Amino acid sequence: MSVKSASGAPARLPGGAAPKQGLWAWLNKRLPVDEFMHEQLTGYYAPKNFNVWYFFGSLALFVLVMQLVTGIFLTMFYKPGELTSFDSVEYIMREVDFGWLIRYLHSTGASAFFIVVYLHMFRAFLYGSYRAPRELLWLIGMLVYLALMAEAFMGYVLPWGNMSFWGAQVIVNLFGTIPGIGTPLVEWIRGDYGIADATLNRFFALHVAVLPLALLLLVMLHLVALHQTGSNNPDGIEIKEKVGPDGKPLDGIPFHPYYTVKDLVGVGVFLLLFALVVFFKPTLGGLFLEAPNFEPANPMSTPEHIAPVWYFTPYYAILRAVPNQRMGALLMLLAVVSFLFLPWLDRSPVKSMRYRGWMSRTALALFAVSFVALGYLGLQPAEGLYVVLARIFAAVYFAFFLLMPFYSRIDAVKPVPDRVTYRAH
Amino acid sequence: MADHAVVADDEVDLSRRKFLTRATIATGAVGAAFAAVPFIESWNPSERARAQGAPTELDLSKLEPGQMATTIWRKSPIYVVRRTPDMVARIAGHDELLKDPKSDQSDQPAYARNPLRSRSAEFLVLIGTCTHLGCLPKQRFGAGEVYAGWPGGFFCPCHGSRFDLAGRVFDGSPASTNLRVPPYSYPNARTLVIGADEKGVA
Repeated sequence: MSVKSASGAPARLPGGAAPKQGLWAWLNKRLPVDEFMHEQLTGYYAPKNFNVWYFFGSLALFVLVMQLVTGIFLTMFYKPGELTSFDSVEYIMREVDFGWLIRYLHSTGASAFFIVVYLHMFRAFLYGSYRAPRELLWLIGMLVYLALMAEAFMGYVLPWGNMSFWGAQVIVNLFGTIPGIGTPLVEWIRGDYGIADATLNRFFALHVAVLPLALLLLVMLHLVALHQTGSNNPDGIEIKEKVGPDGKPLDGIPFHPYYTVKDLVGVGVFLLLFALVVFFKPTLGGLFLEAPNFEPANPMSTPEHIAPVWYFTPYYAILRAVPNQRMGALLMLLAVVSFLFLPWLDRSPVKSMRYRGWMSRTALALFAVSFVALGYLGLQPAEGLYVVLARIFAAVYFAFFLLMPFYSRIDAVKPVPDRVTYRAH
Repeated sequence: MADHAVVADDEVDLSRRKFLTRATIATGAVGAAFAAVPFIESWNPSERARAQGAPTELDLSKLEPGQMATTIWRKSPIYVVRRTPDMVARIAGHDELLKDPKSDQSDQPAYARNPLRSRSAEFLVLIGTCTHLGCLPKQRFGAGEVYAGWPGGFFCPCHGSRFDLAGRVFDGSPASTNLRVPPYSYPNARTLVIGADEKGVA
């Protein structure tokens, strides 16, 4: 006796797929695979007017997975410890079969991660993706960014080169500028009276276990929050407000197969550029891997110029631009924290830069220029004209945030279309 | 009426239930806080690290006038400078160019809170890490060695902090306090002990 639904025909899933028989049906009764795929992929509608800026979210996810895989393999050969770290990295580079490739994938992957994340964030600036109803999505994304910075910093300490050591020294000492608890706090973080074996070992634990778990959790929350509100788009309008008779957004298309296929093309282009760096310029002239880090950590010899890896240099330039250390550390912190307030600083009636006036556009352009300029200045020695320029660009950086409630409100805006602007091709 | 299995809704004492819920949560939170203590404390410097941080000695008889010796105490380089009378003379006369000439904001034992920042004019003992962010300031003892009018002192290559021959920071440096002075003492004329003084071991 076969079981039939009330109408006599086999019941259909909301997506239109016929229920599978046998093992697949058995599985779905116990684990909602079909339901999940439908809700999150084939029945999840994304705006159809995505442009090239929308590649970077999926690319960040791709790089995260790549970092996890290469990182796990590196832990199989790496030995944390002040006597073993440097040698084990050299061992990976010279004696483990393809060890050099796995390590270069990981070290280049760290820089690539920040490139795609910065472009992903700039996309949000361009199209107002941080605005209501996506404030929490933005905040979770910022937590991902903070966890990523901690992860990258600790990963940089692990090879125990001289820049690893002195970078750790400078960054950990920033906590010493906190009034009252500074000195004991720094000793607690280091587990010794200086950056030492204990520091290296705990950074290893944080880098390979704690922070990756935190990153995965936060990225999952980021995706859940994204799927709750749906994606923004270059026009900055809500596709959920214009639905057809079937209840589906008129300007939306199912994420799978349309955007999975599109994102795969993005991954292909990304891998092409990524491979060029990994195989031909793995240090990228000292930007991705700094020269002083090819000599072992030496507590008695400071490198001539201590500079962090490029993705931290904008903040580092702000730190050094201030003549008072406590104020410098505070401003550096503020430079990162400012991003968190963006959803509430922006008072423009429209989301997308496409429909904003010259003030918002100029402000964003100046901000982007100052971020890149600070990144350059953070790599230069802190003297003369470099410091003066760093102060000017730091002022522009903070003015972008502080003045946003004013210029975004009084700026002229263009009428926003009802439907997304889209040309079929 | 032995049967009290069923209690009518209006007989439930909600305020009592709320109180018990809150008391349970509070007790659990206190327990969680106590349970966190061993994990947090495990990050403190270990017994071994503390033992290795014990006081260290330096033989002063081998140090020529005008020379600097570097030793290590608690993972930090310790600079010991045997100042010549000329070097001592170059410490005076630029107080107005200093951020903290009287060492009011700086970190040093009481016996080093003086213009020379030392127990005796001859020997200067400093923790050789920049008070800005911990780099090692380089010795630039010669007059005019960094710029015209430079009275001699230390120059940090990382962020350009400058200190005089008493380790006092010049205005315009990112460091805001003078180089730190560790606790130290002279058990005899030719021995310096870093990390211990009359008050005991640091």
